[in-house]
Amino acid sequence: MENLFNLFVRSVFIDNMIFAYFLGMCSYLAVSKTVKTSLGLGVAVTFVLIVTAPVNWLLDTYLLKAGALSWVSADFATLDLSYLSFIIFIAVIAAIVQLVEMVVEKFSPSLYNALGIFLPLIAVNCAILGVALFVQEREYTSISEVTVYSFGSGIGWFLAIVSLAAIREKIRYSNIPAPLRGLGIAFILTGLMAIAFMSFMGIKI
Amino acid sequence: MSSEQLEKKEKDPMFSAKVVKLLKNPLNLENPITVQVLGICSALAVTVQMKPALVMALSVTVVTAFSNLIISALRNTIPSRIRIIVQLVVIAALVIIVDQLLKAYVYDVSKKLSVFVGLIITNCILMGRLEAYAMANKPWPSFVDGIGNGVGYGLILVMVAFFREFFGSGKFYGFTVIPKAFYDAGYVNNGLMILPPMALITIGIIIWIQRSKNRGLIDN
Repeated sequence: MENLFNLFVRSVFIDNMIFAYFLGMCSYLAVSKTVKTSLGLGVAVTFVLIVTAPVNWLLDTYLLKAGALSWVSADFATLDLSYLSFIIFIAVIAAIVQLVEMVVEKFSPSLYNALGIFLPLIAVNCAILGVALFVQEREYTSISEVTVYSFGSGIGWFLAIVSLAAIREKIRYSNIPAPLRGLGIAFILTGLMAIAFMSFMGIKI
Repeated sequence: MSSEQLEKKEKDPMFSAKVVKLLKNPLNLENPITVQVLGICSALAVTVQMKPALVMALSVTVVTAFSNLIISALRNTIPSRIRIIVQLVVIAALVIIVDQLLKAYVYDVSKKLSVFVGLIITNCILMGRLEAYAMANKPWPSFVDGIGNGVGYGLILVMVAFFREFFGSGKFYGFTVIPKAFYDAGYVNNGLMILPPMALITIGIIIWIQRSKNRGLIDN
């Protein structure tokens, strides 16, 4: 339990998807103009992460890894399908995003309209595939670990996008040099926020 | 179909003004990173040193060029409703090839890039160019467009990597370039440049310089 809590805190603050690995930057910069839409996108990304990462982990453990198929028959014990992992992961992610899109459209049309084009874009959000690949690389051993890690990463991403949106809403009234306006200042702001987040480094519970 | 069209194209000048423009524009005025805001994720994480940055730039260029070529050759046969899945499958197949090649020939770099090779799949440059260009143009211009955008992306990557490696560890492509006398005189490498945040700030400054040179790109 303690281990899981530690993992959660680490994935939210220290291994933050945006500030430590820059994953999901494209939609992070494009959607962070107002707090309201960024809230919606943050929730959607977190949700998709919680669903896709465990599914991908299960597929990886019971289908793709070296020797993973030994539960089918002993003949497959030497089989290593891990080179297929990219294509399987992205297919799972694309399918689940499609599903989420349909659910959101049905139950919350206003959120659906607000998110607009960005929902399908979650499929190509690097953070989603990134978490699946990090899970594979770090060899987490149980599904609870994977779920906690993906939830933490989602929350970290959510925090990052909402706080950047809040800053960008305010900064509209400041007098920034013209060539730096918009994209340039968003990069520098993210850099400064990343430096602030670095102060969490080394925290262990 | 693609080879047929390529042959036909060869009768036209291969490098007509339009094609040259496709190569040149992404380097500056339509740069995928600083203007189109595509493919930033990987641009930042692999730029601590020059070598991984170069390998990454090369891989992205190859994948962009060939996925543009393939999708453009298939563009009339792909039903628009499932086009995203088709595009993803083509990209993923190409990325798997690149990943296996990297593992076979430059294993140390491949280890350093870790998950970021796989993340080429979700690099927005790929989907962006496929949607914006390859779905509506012939294979040869699409191929060139892919190369142009890959190189434009690589340019920024190499620039950021240059500054980060130079100031962060006093090296250039793995070789120490700052003479020992400097260190003896009290010069210290700037450790902050190696950390993630400085990649963001470096790109921010590149954008600043680029936009003050090209006033047309300024946001309102």
